[in-house]
Amino acid sequence: MTDVDDRGLSNSSLGSLGYDAAPESASIARLRESYGLFIDGRFSDPTSQEQFASLNPATEETLAMVSQASSADVDRAVGAARRAYDSTWSTMSGAERSKYLFRIARLIQERARELAVVETLDNGKPIRESRDIDIPLAAAHFFYYAGWADKLEYAGFGERPASLGVAGQIIPWNFPLLMAAWKLAPALAAGNTCVLKPAETTPLSALVLAEILQQAELPEGVVNIVTGDGSVGAALVEHPGVNKIAFTGSTEVGRIIQRATASSEKKLTLELGGKGANIVFEDAPIDEMIEGIIDGIFFNQGHVCCAGSRLLVQESIADEVLRRLIRRVEQLRVGDPMDKNTDVGAINSAAQLARIEELTAYGALEGATRYTSSCTLPERGYWFAPTVFADVSQSHRIAREEIFGPVLSVLTFRTPEEAVAKANNTNYGLACGVWSEKGSRSLWVAQRLRAGVVWANTYNRFDPSSPFGGMRESGFGREGGRHGLEAYLNV
Amino acid sequence: MSERQDVRKTYKLLINGAFPRSESGRSYEVLTSGGDFLANVAQGSRKDVRDAVSAARAAQPAWWAASAYNRGQVVYRLAEMAESRRAELAEHVALAEGLKERSAAAQVSLAIDRIVWYAGWCDKVTQVLGGANPVAGPFFNFSLPTPSGVVAVIAPQDSSLVGFVDTVLAPIVVGNTVVALASERRPTPAVLLGEMSVTSDFPAGLLNIVTGITAELAPTVATHEDIDGLDLEGVDHDVANDLAALGAESIKRVLRPRAKGEGSPLARLRAFVETSTVWHTIGQ
Repeated sequence: MTDVDDRGLSNSSLGSLGYDAAPESASIARLRESYGLFIDGRFSDPTSQEQFASLNPATEETLAMVSQASSADVDRAVGAARRAYDSTWSTMSGAERSKYLFRIARLIQERARELAVVETLDNGKPIRESRDIDIPLAAAHFFYYAGWADKLEYAGFGERPASLGVAGQIIPWNFPLLMAAWKLAPALAAGNTCVLKPAETTPLSALVLAEILQQAELPEGVVNIVTGDGSVGAALVEHPGVNKIAFTGSTEVGRIIQRATASSEKKLTLELGGKGANIVFEDAPIDEMIEGIIDGIFFNQGHVCCAGSRLLVQESIADEVLRRLIRRVEQLRVGDPMDKNTDVGAINSAAQLARIEELTAYGALEGATRYTSSCTLPERGYWFAPTVFADVSQSHRIAREEIFGPVLSVLTFRTPEEAVAKANNTNYGLACGVWSEKGSRSLWVAQRLRAGVVWANTYNRFDPSSPFGGMRESGFGREGGRHGLEAYLNV
Repeated sequence: MSERQDVRKTYKLLINGAFPRSESGRSYEVLTSGGDFLANVAQGSRKDVRDAVSAARAAQPAWWAASAYNRGQVVYRLAEMAESRRAELAEHVALAEGLKERSAAAQVSLAIDRIVWYAGWCDKVTQVLGGANPVAGPFFNFSLPTPSGVVAVIAPQDSSLVGFVDTVLAPIVVGNTVVALASERRPTPAVLLGEMSVTSDFPAGLLNIVTGITAELAPTVATHEDIDGLDLEGVDHDVANDLAALGAESIKRVLRPRAKGEGSPLARLRAFVETSTVWHTIGQ
């Protein structure tokens, strides 16, 4: 791999071209100065009166003050959800529940621009992604599951599938509103009431969603939102009044939750970490494939559980792929997430940045060849330049551990068998990609990959009708599609 | 002239298509429901469980790669073998469960019919649990049920044959391979069925049966890193809690013991199935 340092800029006219800034306006967010907990249809102060700041990771400025829930607040929220379950939501017809969900989908669409700005400010992701992916998909999830609410008996789980009761839902910071939608929409369609715990660093879009639920006149207590640190999630997991826990986050925390719920009757679904392999064969369409690799790892700064963080490239084309990849990485526009031309935004938090820096330090230490984009990073905020490691071997930490950042590890293979063996050589099993013009080979590989999702000649595609979730230590249960209902039904 | 003495049988483990005694050399006394001596049965060890897991892991890819039609025939063949040995099975069910001859025979009929029912599932689950998904965009997107991998089954303690068939065949017909801990006090019907499986085209390692002391063996299957799923049917509620917690270490799929009649048979089939979704581009 002699061309690692060839950035290819001399061949590219883009290297010398500049772009004018095209910033979206932050005022569209209409954020309040502070937010209470959303319990029983109203915002209320936490019992502790404690608040914490939600920061803009691109500037380190405070966006709003958010409430730290205590276990007493969690108890209040669960109580409200239980009352709503008993008195209204479980007795309401599916057709009526359905109309509420359609209404929520429409309200998200109506306030899409505002939500996109809130999401980008709070999370650090490029506005292009929150505008084109996160928010439209969140609306689509409500729209999709709305249609299931009055058709549950046709979903393949028997004639009279029953709801579970109160669902406790703990979501991560990488797709804040979208993960809220993935959790709430199927739970509500199936007839459950919810207590949602947003991530500590990205609570704001869920709190705007709370306003939307008020506008939708969703009955009080059907959805409750409690913000705060990990102790809030722990209180929710332990609460005896909760019938179901749905968690998306790290495998480490997933393990703790599985252990904690083992001796209870709580139904559990886990969507955990991953170390996805993107497998590239020599006959793959090279331009699409390069874009797919880039999208697979740099989408959302690599803060994606299904990211294609391991590139497995066939030896015969490895040099060319690496050269083109590095040239493309050099062209990625890194910086202000509010700029509509930005490709890679801010790392979500100082803690996550520290983790990425720690793991990537091992990359060079263990003998991989590091290439880092020469982009200029803003002075304030949390940033990490897109990075590619070549000459990675399977035993390297950067090939085994989830980095959850804009860091790609490149490995090579010779035969399809070797590609499959390397792709499966992980405890995770969430997602993989396969690139080849030969459909029969793609399907042969897909059949052998131990992954819940396989993308053939594409990557990081999501749809409300498509089940998503992992095998092995990437968790169990599915979100999306008919399969996603099972997580919220007593079947 | 002396009376003819019967030839008594040694009840052994089933690991990788062979019938070893426990590597530990231990055995334990199994009594009839009336308290009489029935047999010295191999008392499996943790090492036996690990050997069984290795065999199951090695056998799994080929079992899943076989056509659904073929898998269905293999399972159906077990019903044929059991049918021809009804009397022997019924005798052991009667001794183990303390049933009258007629009730024991009914249990055997039920078990064999259940095997036939499961055989038919092999080539149906894909359509019943899978499907195509109407995603937005130029993609063909489909979801298929695929096996979790290796499933450890702690078989029911009371229902020595029907319960064993239910817990063991459900994961098998969806493509998993199985390590089963037979009923501790009533193991012989399961051992007999294991013997029949070997003569009914079950590939080596598909069904492994370890007899012995459940309390000793269960923590080994719950903590074994190379086991993907855990059916806790054969332990009581409190023990199930402890084992489920142990299983969390490697994020195992855990099926908890159920109250009688609870849950549909389909739930048992779904318990150790993964939904695999493939997106394929559509273009010219």
